[in-house]
Amino acid sequence: MATTELSPADADVTWHLAEQEHHDHGGNGATMIGFWIYLMSDALIFAALFATFGVLSMAYAGGPGPRQVFELPLVAVNTGLLLVSSLTYGLGMLAMERDQTSRVQIWLVVTALFGLGFIGIELYEFSHLIAEGSGPQRSAFLSAFFALVGTHGAHVTFGLIWIAVMLVQVGMRGLILENKRRLMCLSMFWHFLDIIWIGVFTFVYLFGVIR
Amino acid sequence: MNEALIRTIFGRLTLDSLPFHEPIVLWTFIVVAVLGLAVLGAITYFKLWGYLWKEWFTSVDHKKIGIMYLVLGIVMLLRGFSDALMMRGQQAISFGANEGYLPPEHYDQIFSAHGTIMIFFVAIPLVVGLVNFVMPLQIGARDVAFPFLNNLSFWLTVAGAILVMASLFVGEFARTGWLSYVPLAERQYSPDTGVDYYLWSLEIAGIGTTLSSINMVATIIKMRAPGMTMMKMPVFTWTALCSNVLAIAVFPILTAAFGLLLLDRYVGTNFFTNDNGGNPMMYWNLVWMWGHPEVYVLILPVFGIYSEITSTFTGKRLFGYSSMVYATVVITILSYLVWLHHFFTMGSGADVNSFFGIATMVIAIPTGAKIFNWLFTMYRGSIRFEIPMMWVVAFMLTFVVGGMTGVLLAIPPADFVLHNSLFLVAHFHNVIIGGVVFGLFAGMYYWFPKAFGFKLDPFWSKVAFWGWVVGYWLAWTPIYIVGLMGVPRRVNHIDDVSLQPWFVLAAIGAVIILIGILGFVMSIVMAIVKRAELKDTTGDPWDGRTLEWSTSSPPPAYNFAFTPVIHGLDAWYDMKSRGYQRPLGGYRPIHMPRNTAAGVILSGLAFIFGFAMIWYIWWLAALSLIGLFVVGIGHTFNYNRDYFIQPDEVARIEGARSEVLGRATGA
Repeated sequence: MATTELSPADADVTWHLAEQEHHDHGGNGATMIGFWIYLMSDALIFAALFATFGVLSMAYAGGPGPRQVFELPLVAVNTGLLLVSSLTYGLGMLAMERDQTSRVQIWLVVTALFGLGFIGIELYEFSHLIAEGSGPQRSAFLSAFFALVGTHGAHVTFGLIWIAVMLVQVGMRGLILENKRRLMCLSMFWHFLDIIWIGVFTFVYLFGVIR
Repeated sequence: MNEALIRTIFGRLTLDSLPFHEPIVLWTFIVVAVLGLAVLGAITYFKLWGYLWKEWFTSVDHKKIGIMYLVLGIVMLLRGFSDALMMRGQQAISFGANEGYLPPEHYDQIFSAHGTIMIFFVAIPLVVGLVNFVMPLQIGARDVAFPFLNNLSFWLTVAGAILVMASLFVGEFARTGWLSYVPLAERQYSPDTGVDYYLWSLEIAGIGTTLSSINMVATIIKMRAPGMTMMKMPVFTWTALCSNVLAIAVFPILTAAFGLLLLDRYVGTNFFTNDNGGNPMMYWNLVWMWGHPEVYVLILPVFGIYSEITSTFTGKRLFGYSSMVYATVVITILSYLVWLHHFFTMGSGADVNSFFGIATMVIAIPTGAKIFNWLFTMYRGSIRFEIPMMWVVAFMLTFVVGGMTGVLLAIPPADFVLHNSLFLVAHFHNVIIGGVVFGLFAGMYYWFPKAFGFKLDPFWSKVAFWGWVVGYWLAWTPIYIVGLMGVPRRVNHIDDVSLQPWFVLAAIGAVIILIGILGFVMSIVMAIVKRAELKDTTGDPWDGRTLEWSTSSPPPAYNFAFTPVIHGLDAWYDMKSRGYQRPLGGYRPIHMPRNTAAGVILSGLAFIFGFAMIWYIWWLAALSLIGLFVVGIGHTFNYNRDYFIQPDEVARIEGARSEVLGRATGA
């Protein structure tokens, strides 16, 4: 922390703080809360998409309903992949705390593989539905389904690109302060997507099949 | 074959997209092109490109970014106001047999563009600009939390503004109102580029606004000077905090709603269509969940401006500081609970309408508390009627009327009669002009000397003030009256000639507002001419009370040579009254962020991406999207983002200030 220095004119009142040379003027400390606020704004995009799905989830327009289009076993596998990827990312963060660079890289690769698996299965599901004639244009229900699940998938894809970038940057510079900060942000992002997916799994797939 | 190739290269962009067949637009284009070339030529002739690029465009200094936001807002105000003049002119003559000079499809574009521009590219940039410039100074910070992000936010807003301007000359703008009515805005009914221009420009600018809000909230939470607890923050900073929290809470909803409409238009989904289970009213719910809080995003910081000015020019502490803070927070929360009053006529039933009607009326209570706080601050104060204070008084007289017509409209049965009438249009212009615009002018006159080191020209400032105030009342009182008589909004022709005098009066009022706008421009021009005699040498020209007045005018890049320590509300007043002495030595190196071109490049690519998507030029859209990723990721490989201002440099700048101060006091 910075040391305080008395102003020469008024010995009773401290008017100024004289910073140490490497005082980082709050920029670093603000990154975490800033990224957290960004995630909250992203959560509101998902809230809007969930609400839209809620309004349109029965608007089948004579087309297929949830029972016809959802394959729960496949979705269960997908959910498992994403949940495990959160665990592996967490293990990577533990390694980061101990400054084990190569372990961090390994866990990042493992996380990315699980993420890739998730995206692969989701793309298979989407292409299968479109080939069956149950694409996003078919009914408002399917529009809302593709928009919500697709937005989540786009986020996971973005997370995968981010993991790739972090692998390169950790490879180039190691676990320096900036890279640790970025890995922490990516960690929040990845777990956030997990939480969103639990909402999708519950409200879209499970409730849809019960209905 | 050849035609297919041309379609692949240019999408749906053809020579017919240019306005050769519309004389009004063509002449506007020629004038704008000539003026634009003159400006570019002058910049080249005076060799200013390097200066502008290095000192302004790539700057991450919050003060410069704030000023650039203000310039953007003022330029766009001129555009938005020319739309207003055209509408007033059309409505003044288009009665009975006279069709006026604007055909319906052109008139529809004008009112859509007017609303879109005035809210997204005038009011938002002006508010964000003032917050950007003033707030970090008020909390004793050296910059915002994320300086590069700040630069990027600004340029994304510019990219959106340029897209709207481009629609004037290449293709057309939306004819679907400022919030893009569905299902009218669906591809089925609006197949041309207008709605796409609207959606892409607002998506791009909206992302900029969201990022800026995140930045400001993180700044206020993390970067306040030591000792400045939440309840010692200046009121303007409080209102900026609430406004930006609110923006973060609502802009994502707008982004999502526009995203879904884009999917409807580009992919053929069925969110807001009439067929296949789509639900147009859902769009209205989503859009107004953004739209109503948005007016509070704009007015809250402006309430902060009024508070600062009232306190400064009455020479008193603000009356009821904590009630002011609580009122701001209550308004922030309530504003989220009233969106449905924009469509009482949807038919959601008496219970729902009653809830939203009462919630709307309740907002009048904290707002009324604020008005009384300002009045009690003035009571027994020694009021100095300088220009900013004049705007405050004009605001109170004008805004109260707008607030009362708002409460009137909040009553659902009354709203069923007044819905979509000119009474409503008069109401929101009353609160936006009388509230937001007057406050922005008050703020610009108040902080201009801080930003540039000299005051605005007093004579032309008064022309601006009286032009706006008299013009506002003359332009909008008749509109209230014809609105009560039942004239609907958004019509370019009225059959009943007996109504014409009211519209002629309104047009005269608009011309008087034009005098106000010209007076404002002249007050800047004349201030530059007479800057020597209007100079502020003290850094504290109004005898201010908050920290921004403790530093020089204009402030140095680092704002404060030493981070101030805060002991009470009105920190600078506290320092002045307790015999504070400016430190004259012992400087340390100051850590500052480095300029970067990444924001300009990313926003340029975002503009190209938007333009390519609007015109279905898929290859260019793909390329620019890849470019966005490459530049965005490439920027993260730059770890060298800061530098130190060395103590001898600080000593030189502070020494120069001591000299100026010494001359000012004659010491």
